[in-house]
Amino acid sequence: MSEFKMPSLGADMDAGTLAEWKKKSGDPVHRGDIIAAVETAKGVIEIECFEDGILDQIFFQAGQEVPVGQVLATISSEEEFGKSKPAPEAQKPPETAKTEKIPETVKPAAEVVAEAMKAAIPQPPATEGRIRISPLASRMAIELGVDLRQVKGTGPGGAIQRVDIERAAQAQKAAPAPAPAMAEPLKPEIKESPAPAVEKAAPPPVEAKAEPATEAKKAVDFQTAMRSAIAAAMSKSNRDIPHYYMETSIDMTNALRWLEEENLKRSIRERLLPVVVLLKAVAKSLTEVPELNGFWIDGSHQVSEAIHIGFAINLRQGGLLTPAIHDTDMKEFDELREAMNDLIVRTRGNRLRSSELTDATITVTSLGDRGVEKVFGVIYPPQVALVGLGKITPQPWAVNGALCVRPVLVATLAGDHRATDGHKGGLFLEALNRNLQEVEKL
Amino acid sequence: MNESELKEIIIAELAKVAPGSDPAALDLDDNLREGLDIDSFDALNFFIAMSERLHIDIPEKDMGRLNTMNEILQYLLALKV
Repeated sequence: MSEFKMPSLGADMDAGTLAEWKKKSGDPVHRGDIIAAVETAKGVIEIECFEDGILDQIFFQAGQEVPVGQVLATISSEEEFGKSKPAPEAQKPPETAKTEKIPETVKPAAEVVAEAMKAAIPQPPATEGRIRISPLASRMAIELGVDLRQVKGTGPGGAIQRVDIERAAQAQKAAPAPAPAMAEPLKPEIKESPAPAVEKAAPPPVEAKAEPATEAKKAVDFQTAMRSAIAAAMSKSNRDIPHYYMETSIDMTNALRWLEEENLKRSIRERLLPVVVLLKAVAKSLTEVPELNGFWIDGSHQVSEAIHIGFAINLRQGGLLTPAIHDTDMKEFDELREAMNDLIVRTRGNRLRSSELTDATITVTSLGDRGVEKVFGVIYPPQVALVGLGKITPQPWAVNGALCVRPVLVATLAGDHRATDGHKGGLFLEALNRNLQEVEKL
Repeated sequence: MNESELKEIIIAELAKVAPGSDPAALDLDDNLREGLDIDSFDALNFFIAMSERLHIDIPEKDMGRLNTMNEILQYLLALKV
């Protein structure tokens, strides 16, 4: 049996809201299958699983905010399926602090949650010891405004389970409650809870979900979340990474001529944009100077064998994402064209996969469409380099001692000086130039 | 197809590649790529949609010089689509 956890989709992510399960308990799952969708500061991301098996126990439901590293579900083999019905204590404790790894010996989940519950929901001063309750049930209780003192647990050891909360919520609804339990039943009470210190330890607030957000409010929330995600990553980069920068001008005559001839043979749907060729050339050059492709983690330089170029895509509503184009160097032009088109459509349509957000080994930003001649980027940590591509413009160019006009691209490199030196950066730009002179060989 | 019919189709297809924008609000001579903030992928997708909808081929060399509503309109009118 293995655990399917809330992944970290960026250095800035503490928690994600489970948007949807794409599979249900008992469904067979395979490596690469999308089994859930998670709402993050970067939009809704589809989460893949990394093994084969059967989706077994599910610990959280859509709408719940889940800290990074928390077990969302278990994946079992056929033999194991359905056999492990652990008591609530056996479940992984909810991570109460930030994003650090969960130590295996944290207080049992039930205890932590019960303490938080006590803070969140007014309790009589003397209760009969701690309440045994599953994490899911405790969150539901907060959401539904169920008073735990009135709930009789039917789980192992009298632990309160989800069904108990559901039953209690039904009963509360049926009873002539003083206030209509329809809209925002509990939220004000939680807010008034006079225990701000403990509130931190409480499960992540679910109140945002409780009120129907208007489209405008959602847009503002998204903007705010996106800006703070970018702010966190870029501040970290400027704080931690000693950048060095360099640029080189590349004559694009040969590349554009090849592209023009190639596109004449193609239908409009199959046409290649210059950026497809550029990305392929960057990938090829990285195979020659692999040191720029990888990470700086815990004081050491880790070169990545796989080349997953993170391609900066701006979003119409503001902000940007840099999803990874997996194995860019292995893709033929057509494959790359399709992959990029697909990625742009899915990025803007909010349908990215978790691996695409986390796997990039280097970033490429291309601002040529916006008329920018050259761009010096800020490295996305823990990556160690960023390649900037500008607009291809006609420029005076010396050939064999004579002046002529050529289409010229300025390519830049921002490198992490902890990982590489300017010499390596220079080798890379030189390779890029050479590869763009013979794009037919890419 | 007359000018106003064509204009309607162009606006509809532009709105698809630039969701949330209002192509009809632009002047006929405004640069669409700038005015609607569309990139080369969006532009190519627009021309793909136009060529399939009107059953025409738009060669690559033409795509690069079609940047305003007027330019696209005149181009399509000349093709007598």
